[in-house]
Amino acid sequence: MSDPATPRAKAGFHELDFYGVQDLLTEEEIMVRDQARAFCGERILPLVPAHWEAGTFPNEIVPELGEMGLLGPSIPEEYGGSGLGSVAYGLICQELERVDSGVRSFASVQGSLVMYPIHAFGSEEQRQQWLPKLATGEVIGCFGLTEPDFGSNPGGMRTRCRRDGDDWVLNGQKMWITNGTGCGVALVWARDEQGHVHGFLIEGDRPGFSAPEQKRKWSLRCSVTSELVLVDVRVPESNRLPNAKGLKAALSCLTQARYGIAWGAVGAAQACFDEVRRYCLQREIFDKPLGAFQLTQAKLADMASEITKGQLLVWRLGRLKEEGKMTPQQVSMAKRNNVAMALDIARQCRSLLGANGITLEFQSGRHMCNLETVLTYEGTHEIHTLVIGEAVTGLAAYR
Amino acid sequence: MDIISFVKRVPTTTTIVSIKDQQLDPQGVEYVMNPYDEFAVEEALKLRDEAGSGSVLAVSLSDGAAQKELRTALAMGADEALLLNNAEAGNIDCMTTARALADSIQGRNFDLLLFGKQAVDRDQHGVGPAVATILGVPCITEVVKLTVEGDKVIAEREVEGARETLEASLPCAITCQKGLNEPRRASLKGIMAAKKKPLETREVELAGPSMEIVEMALPPKRPAGRMVGEGAAAVPALIDALRGEAKVL
Ligand SMILES: Cc1cc2nc3c(=O)[nH]c(=O)nc-3n(C[C@H](O)[C@H](O)[C@H](O)COP(=O)(O)OP(=O)(O)OC[C@H]3O[C@@H](n4cnc5c(N)ncnc54)[C@H](O)[C@@H]3O)c2cc1C
Repeated sequence: MSDPATPRAKAGFHELDFYGVQDLLTEEEIMVRDQARAFCGERILPLVPAHWEAGTFPNEIVPELGEMGLLGPSIPEEYGGSGLGSVAYGLICQELERVDSGVRSFASVQGSLVMYPIHAFGSEEQRQQWLPKLATGEVIGCFGLTEPDFGSNPGGMRTRCRRDGDDWVLNGQKMWITNGTGCGVALVWARDEQGHVHGFLIEGDRPGFSAPEQKRKWSLRCSVTSELVLVDVRVPESNRLPNAKGLKAALSCLTQARYGIAWGAVGAAQACFDEVRRYCLQREIFDKPLGAFQLTQAKLADMASEITKGQLLVWRLGRLKEEGKMTPQQVSMAKRNNVAMALDIARQCRSLLGANGITLEFQSGRHMCNLETVLTYEGTHEIHTLVIGEAVTGLAAYR
Repeated sequence: MDIISFVKRVPTTTTIVSIKDQQLDPQGVEYVMNPYDEFAVEEALKLRDEAGSGSVLAVSLSDGAAQKELRTALAMGADEALLLNNAEAGNIDCMTTARALADSIQGRNFDLLLFGKQAVDRDQHGVGPAVATILGVPCITEVVKLTVEGDKVIAEREVEGARETLEASLPCAITCQKGLNEPRRASLKGIMAAKKKPLETREVELAGPSMEIVEMALPPKRPAGRMVGEGAAAVPALIDALRGEAKVL
C-alpha cells in the first residue's frame, strides 16, 4: 500500500477486534467512532505528552472538541448537542481515553456530570442559559460532590446551604474536583438545614467562590484537579436545580459518567496493547523478536482476551442503556471490570517495554499512572465490588 | 457550480496486509474513504460554497459496502450520494471502473468532476483520466491549487522542480493531490444530518475485464539493520557504507 496521503490516515492506530465487535455497530456509530478516532489521534494525541509532563490540560483543543460535537453529544440538538445514542457516546469516550484518561475526564465531566444534570434536573431557563455554551466549550463546567472527609460516602457531606429570603447561602469545601480551576460554572452539592441535598449552579466569578488547583499529582496530569472553597456564597433560588431531589440525583449523574468510563477504559487498554504488540515484533532480544517468546505471548494472549471481554461488556451495556433497561449495578460491573482490566494491561505493557516503558515517548506508562485515578474516582473498585456483592446477595456490606 | 466527486472505499493504511486467493484477505481489515478522495470532497464543498449555489454529488462503485464512505461524504457536507454496486467491483482494473462511473453520470449536468489522484489500495492513478476520456472532457491531474474563473479553471500542479499552471474550460475533470486543501472532519451534527440526505443505490453491470491479476505477493522482508560501530568513532565506517554499499553519497 502506498504512503498515506493525509495525516488523517497516519493516525496509525490499529484496533484489536478479535470477535468482530464492529459488526455489532451501526454504520452511524462506526462513522462517529472513526471521526472521533481521527480527531483524537491527529489533533490531541501529539499534544498530550508535553501537557502531561507540565501538568496542564490542553485548553487549546476545547473549541475544537465543541465544534466536533464531542461535548455532551447525547443532549438534544435544540440545546446544542447531537442527540446521539448511548453506544455512539461510549465509542467517543473510548477514543478520547485511547489518547489520555485526563482528556476523557474533561469530556465526561462536561457532558455527563454538568450537561446531563442541567438537562435532566434543570429548569428550562437553566438549560437555555448553560447547555449551548457548554456544548461549544465556551463555558467549562465542574461537578463538586467529593469532600476532604467524604469520598466513598458522599452522604456524609458537610457543605451546607441555607435559605435566606429568595437566596441561598453556601459554605463548605470540595476536594478533587476535575475542571474546577477556571471553570465558568460549578455544580455544587450541599445539604440544607433539614438534611436534604440540593444541587446549585455556581458561576465561576460568584463572590465567595474560589477553586485553587491541586498540584503535584503523578496521575491524570493532563487534567485540572481542584479544591472548591465556598465562603458565604450567595445565589438566587433560580441557580438551584429544581428537579434534583436529594443525593440520588447526584448519584444518577455518576451512573452516566461511569458508563462512559467503562468504555473509556477499553480505549486506554487498546492504546497500550497496540503500542506493545508492535514493539514486541520489532524489539529483538536474545536474537529473536520479543513477541516470539512464550512468556510474552502468554501476556499478549491474556491482554487480547481481556480487551475482547471488555468490548463485549460495554457493547451490551450500551444496548441495554438505549433500551432503557440498564441498571446502576450493571454499570458498576462494567466500570469495575474494565478499569481494573485496563490498569492491569497498562502495567504489563509498561513492563514489556522495558526501560522505554518509563518514558513519555511511549504511552503505556502514562496510561498506567492515569488509570490509578480512574480506579479510584467515580466509585472506587472496592465500592463497586460491594455494589455487585449486594446485587447478588441482597445483603449490603458498605458499613 | 455542480460538482461530482468520486469516492473509493479502501483499507486503512495501517492495515496489516495478508493475501488470500490472489486478493487482500479482508479478515480484520478496516476501511475508510481513500485519503486522496477526501481532498476531492473538500474541494467540491469549498467550490460549491464559494459559488453560493449548485450541488455536490458523491459517487462510489463498490462490492456493496461503500455506503459508510458515502455517508461520510454527506456528513462532510455533500448534498447527495450515488452508490453503484457490483459484487465483482473489489477486483477490477481502472478502465472497467471508469466505464461504470462514466455510465452512471451519463445525462447528468456537471461543471466539474473531482477525483483523488490515486486510490491507495491499488495505486493505479487511472480512473480520473479514464472517466474524462470516456466523457470527452479535459482532465488535469495531481492538482495542488484550483481556482474557478467564469467558465474555466486554473489549476496548478507540481512537476519535477517546478510548478505548472494550466487552464481548461468547464466542464472538466481534476485529480487531487495532497496540498490542495485540508479536508474537514465530519462533525457529529454533520453525521446526524447525513442520515436525512438522499443516497441512491444502483446495481450496475461491469464491462468484461481488460486485464487479470495473475499474482499478488508481499514485498520481501526488509533485511535487519547493521551496526557499523558506536559514537563518533563509527562515522568513517558509516560514510564508507553509505558511499560504497548504499550509494547514497
Ligand atoms: C484526579 C481525580 C479527579 C476527581 N474528580 C472528581 C470530581 O470531578 N468530582 C468529585 O466529586 N470527585 C472527584 N474525585 C474524587 C473521587 O470520586 C474520590 O476520590 C473517590 O470517590 C474516593 O474517595 P476518597 O478519595 O475519599 O477515598 P475513600 O473513600 O477514603 O477510600 C479510601 C479507600 O477505602 C476504600 N473503602 C471505602 N469505603 C469502603 C468500604 N465500605 N469497604 C471497603 N473499602 C472501602 C476505598 O475503596 C479506597 O480504597 C476525583 C478524584 C481524583 C483522584
